[in-house]
Amino acid sequence: MSDVRFTKDHEWIRVEGDLGTVGITDYAQHQLGDIVFVDLPEPGRDLAQGGEAAVVESVKAASEVYTPVAGTVTENNDALADQPALVNQSPEDGAWFFRLRLADPAQLAGLMDRAAYDEYVKGLE
Amino acid sequence: MSDPATPLLTTPLDALHRDLGGKMVPFAGYAMPVQYPAGILAEHLHTRAAAGLFDVSHMGQVELAGPGIAAWLETLVPGDIQSLGLGRTRYTVFTNDQGGIRDDLMVSKLAEDRLFLVVNAACKQADIAHLRAHLPAGLALTERTDRALLALQGPRAAEAMATLAPEAPAMGFMSIRPLSVAGIDCLATRSGYTGEDGWEISAPADRAADVARALLAHPAVRPVGLGARDSLRLEAGLCLYGADIDTATTPVEAGLSWVIGKRRREQGGFPGAAVVQRQLRDGPPRLRVGLRPDGRAPARAHTEITDPEGNRLGEVTSGGFGPSVDGPVAMGYIPAAAARPGHAVKLVVRGKPLDARVTEMPFVPHRYFKP
Repeated sequence: MSDVRFTKDHEWIRVEGDLGTVGITDYAQHQLGDIVFVDLPEPGRDLAQGGEAAVVESVKAASEVYTPVAGTVTENNDALADQPALVNQSPEDGAWFFRLRLADPAQLAGLMDRAAYDEYVKGLE
Repeated sequence: MSDPATPLLTTPLDALHRDLGGKMVPFAGYAMPVQYPAGILAEHLHTRAAAGLFDVSHMGQVELAGPGIAAWLETLVPGDIQSLGLGRTRYTVFTNDQGGIRDDLMVSKLAEDRLFLVVNAACKQADIAHLRAHLPAGLALTERTDRALLALQGPRAAEAMATLAPEAPAMGFMSIRPLSVAGIDCLATRSGYTGEDGWEISAPADRAADVARALLAHPAVRPVGLGARDSLRLEAGLCLYGADIDTATTPVEAGLSWVIGKRRREQGGFPGAAVVQRQLRDGPPRLRVGLRPDGRAPARAHTEITDPEGNRLGEVTSGGFGPSVDGPVAMGYIPAAAARPGHAVKLVVRGKPLDARVTEMPFVPHRYFKP
């Protein structure tokens, strides 16, 4: 059973073993609007928790995506280079951004679970 | 731009925007719809395919009247306003003493002694103060705060206008006339800022929502926000004041030499004429150019432009994703010697030098009305 956690910046991370898969939430894609370009981190890059990991661009503006936890990037989602609009269509599923090997799984404890995130988003609306 | 403590102004279409689900954002001191639920991409493409309706009521509408008004306005702009025909509209700029651009504007001749100006929202107070500071006795300035301004743009704009204003489709490009739209007395110009055919409709503030609703009732017409207005004008190669042109850019550098009338080039008589005439004669030091990144990454305003060796050439003044181009487009200033179509440059996006080329503008061909 995988465990999904969320940040206040609207990233999600799904953890299986010591690997995490990161993307942005449906709320985030809705706020950004039509996504036209995604800049992803290269495999091998070391990321500090909360560090800038990716950039997502809508017609209007560029926004940073931060990594929920520290780790080393193992893979990024090639499909987004050709089809950035996937982020609008399936943000919490097919349009994952990158995978990373967790440096410190204890950092996950500081993130929100689904119920807490839903509550957090409700407070923003 | 505006103090967060200052309440935002609203346009006469504010309630309509909220009814239509507009996402309201602060712009030049006004609450304006950046997009509706369809989104910027769909609104942009709809405007190019059919017709989009824009609220541009935040812009300033000013009437100038009195004997010799056209000759007097020429003391502040390089355009040939005296030769402007009755019922004709022209794009021009206010210049400063260094030849820089204080604002860009549309001027229409309503009568021999009456002009109608449309100026940018962010500049309108300064423009009006500038006009008043120079206005001689016997000439009058009236800000038409009693009027809203709508823009209907796109290849099916004429079809939609025909149902509400049968005389509209016969209007020439860049002409103005009083026009009854859905039975409401308006003042309409066949112009716009998207590169498409269309109209700008000055309507009484208290009836503007009725005009808008009547236009939106046509199946070709959908509401379009400021987000798509910006991507449309960018693809059309048109300048955004405060980004692509400002007090530090001259009309010659901006590629707007065509706004300077032939007689005015010779005679001068506008602020900064010496600088502008010298640049017309010797060439400007830098030029506004179109830029097409080779890849998919948009290069936005303030992105550095370098030569292939990394030497700085200038910076992007506006840029983003062009939905009709289906790729990134940008414009910026580079030394005149490098301003040749096809010239290879680099755009430094997030520290990475990306390949790009200088290109002709517009990025999407203009489709203005030609009878």
